[in-house]
Amino acid sequence: MGKIQLRQVRKSFGDVHVIPGLDLDIEDGEFVVFVGPSGCGKSTLLRLIAGLEDTTSGVIEIDGKDATHLPPAKRGLAMVFQSYALYPHMTVRKNIAFPLKMAGMDQAEQDKRVERAAKVLNLSSYLDRRPGQLSGGQRQRVAIGRAIVREPAAFLFDEPLSNLDAALRVGMRQEISELHQSLKTTMVYVTHDQVEAMTMADKIVVLNAGNIEQVGSPLTLYHNPKNIFVAGFIGSPKMNLIEGAEAAKHNAHTIGIRPEHITVGDGPWEGVVGLSEHLGSDSFIKVDVPGLGIINVRGAGELNVHHGDRIRLAPAGKIHRFDDKGLAL
Amino acid sequence: MSTQSTRLAARFMVAPSVILLFIWMIVPLAMTAWFSFRLYRLLSPDRTGWVGVNNYVWFFNSPDFWLALTNTLLLVGGVLLITVVLGILIALLLDQPIKGQGVLRILVIAPFFVMPPVAASIWENLFMHPQNGLFSAIARGFGAQPILFLESYPMPSVIGIVAWEWLPFATLIFVTALQSLSSEQLEAAEMDGASAFNRFRFIILPHLTRAITVVILIQTIFLLGIFGEIFTTTQGGPGSASTTLPYMIFKQAIVAKDIGRAAAGGIIAVILANIVAYFLMRGIGRHLDA
Amino acid sequence: MARAHSPRRLWLTTIAAWTVALIIFFPVLWMILTSFKTEASAVAMPPEFLGADWTLENYVEVWGRSDYPRFFWNSVVIAVGSTLLGLLIAIPAAWSMAFVPGKRTKDLLMWMLSTKMMPAVAVMVPIYLLFLQFGLLDTRIGLVLVLMLMNLPIIIWMLYTYFKEIPGEILEAARMDGASLWNEIVYVLTPMAIPGIASTMLLNIILAWNEAFWTITLTTTKAAPLSAFIASFSAPQGLFYAKLSAASAMAIMPILILGWFSQKQLVRGLTFGAVK
Repeated sequence: MGKIQLRQVRKSFGDVHVIPGLDLDIEDGEFVVFVGPSGCGKSTLLRLIAGLEDTTSGVIEIDGKDATHLPPAKRGLAMVFQSYALYPHMTVRKNIAFPLKMAGMDQAEQDKRVERAAKVLNLSSYLDRRPGQLSGGQRQRVAIGRAIVREPAAFLFDEPLSNLDAALRVGMRQEISELHQSLKTTMVYVTHDQVEAMTMADKIVVLNAGNIEQVGSPLTLYHNPKNIFVAGFIGSPKMNLIEGAEAAKHNAHTIGIRPEHITVGDGPWEGVVGLSEHLGSDSFIKVDVPGLGIINVRGAGELNVHHGDRIRLAPAGKIHRFDDKGLAL
Repeated sequence: MSTQSTRLAARFMVAPSVILLFIWMIVPLAMTAWFSFRLYRLLSPDRTGWVGVNNYVWFFNSPDFWLALTNTLLLVGGVLLITVVLGILIALLLDQPIKGQGVLRILVIAPFFVMPPVAASIWENLFMHPQNGLFSAIARGFGAQPILFLESYPMPSVIGIVAWEWLPFATLIFVTALQSLSSEQLEAAEMDGASAFNRFRFIILPHLTRAITVVILIQTIFLLGIFGEIFTTTQGGPGSASTTLPYMIFKQAIVAKDIGRAAAGGIIAVILANIVAYFLMRGIGRHLDA
Repeated sequence: MARAHSPRRLWLTTIAAWTVALIIFFPVLWMILTSFKTEASAVAMPPEFLGADWTLENYVEVWGRSDYPRFFWNSVVIAVGSTLLGLLIAIPAAWSMAFVPGKRTKDLLMWMLSTKMMPAVAVMVPIYLLFLQFGLLDTRIGLVLVLMLMNLPIIIWMLYTYFKEIPGEILEAARMDGASLWNEIVYVLTPMAIPGIASTMLLNIILAWNEAFWTITLTTTKAAPLSAFIASFSAPQGLFYAKLSAASAMAIMPILILGWFSQKQLVRGLTFGAVK
């Protein structure tokens, strides 16, 4: 079981209110991603759940029991750190066995569980190496191994992929997703990368300045962002946000159009192409439209437009409308 | 960045050190302060009583005191100057490509392993001795009169001996610091047309700031209490020419057996140490992000 | 990338560096040479180098006349004992300061260091009286205590700088893995800090070994270490240069040998962990 509930959780460092008061339910077996810009309090929130920081006030319940004042060791959670935090003086085997040793498990059972975790994570041939002799991806696996052996109520991941190179990151992302499929254990995952959030999460929690902006499935957030912040944060390239006369036509303070919802060819807007990036599968162009500003456009396949071209654009999809407080209409 | 329980644990774990050091500092200090206002002579144990600030007055009126104060500061300042300047020069040399680095380094740090009484007696007897010392042999070899180091130049001689003891420490710190200077930075400066001197002045020296801070801080801590070297060599003489504050206090306590006066001197020395410490922490503590 | 250097430059710097190193080392070398000369040869003018009268007589005589093994053993007990006791007290303190720093941590550290600035002479009489009172005079335990207290700030400071290099996340990982504070320090922190702890230990053994104020004033015979042993060898007008040198060599040799075998840790320790 791994149901985590936060009730009016607040965290202040002195006068700085990192988390001003927040409620959140994480269901058993769910893959929840906390996403937001750096400094939004997502890591702090994770550390509060882990018990590595005290809450200033509020209640954290794990499986219905108040865990607010329990030390990290007693919460039954496992954590994978950004730096992996492997013990450099221990072999991989000892690293993975460490939580079991601390729990006082007998040696035979420790060995059995370590072997099993190593097999799942493809680490069997590295068990007697030290972390220093492993590659980044292997270290990451050891960190995960150390987390899964103790069969925790939930896994906490603190930006676990940010130290890996791009190619490895995609692979590890899939591995973690698969792990979740097979273990069906609650996972709470912190990242600043919205692509990771979109691809892995059952439920995304978008945080900004310690507040939850929106909670929902990836596609809910994509299609129905509650406010400008979520609209701008989810999706890549970023949603075009247009104010002024054009927005007034739609009876809104601001309108948002995703780059993939704009077509090139004929249309009401005319501008000059600035940057154009051609990836073969996609084309990304930035168009300076007088009165609207820079408009991002994403076209499938090849768009035959280049720097300096004068082109016309048309909105061709959902237009998101926001009021003067930035809330969706 | 921690929980209440870890902060509490931290308090508990730092407490023994703090309490022990506090007792170690305050109890003897309080006793010294007490003695410093009393008549307390080992030669006339039956005459005791409060004497107010007489012991302090005696110290401030004694010409030896001002000499001792000057000598103390000279010793600290002189040794610091020599070790920092020579230490940087030697470190620059040792940072060059050299054959036999390992053995060389052991030779250079060897003086640090020599306990102060031994160091002092080597210099006093084997080198500075007017008849049998190596220096006098060299002087005679050139047909000159041997220099009476400890008689004619007691302070510079003591400073020289102490500087020899501390030079390895300074050198080692500077060598270590130099090794962390990226050669790319120096090459960039060279590309920018900086001369060797300018590279030293604008790249190497700023890089050494923290190292210099460490050398000054740690050496001052040890130099303020220098005692053994003077005790072994000049005994503070001739006259009081090489008497430092610690040595003067020692003379009051052991030779004159006047504990009251020695205690007053002790309190003055502690105040002096605190003044030096204050300026040290103020002036250079900020370079020390420890 | 290191730059290629011309062989000529290599030889120039090598010769210059060796000259400087030999000058710095020469007093120690000369002392060792003198210790192997006869007394007459030791004071001969001009000084004798290769043609000197070599002998082991001085060592034999110093060994026979004094109780060297006792002094040596006292030095070992006092230096090692005070260092180990200091480490025991300092490791938890350094853990606190390095991993749970507060606004006052730096001030606390500076205060600790400043206790070392108090001249020993200033508190000599009170310490002597306290030792008399508690029956600690001329005992090894008394000296272990005093030298431990004297070096404690240095030990804490050095451990603090080494501990700070260890990422806090690793200790947090241990906490998540169910380690108690004790387990965290014993199984994770201490093994990771072994090189730093070794350096700290070595430097403090040397500082304690070479301490020559308290060891002389607070001992007479029973607990007197090598510093007191050497202080008892005065050299009246150079008559016993060779023997004095032999005694000196015997006093510093254990530390020179220790230094030789633990060069790497020691060099690291000698910088007090303050410079990387």
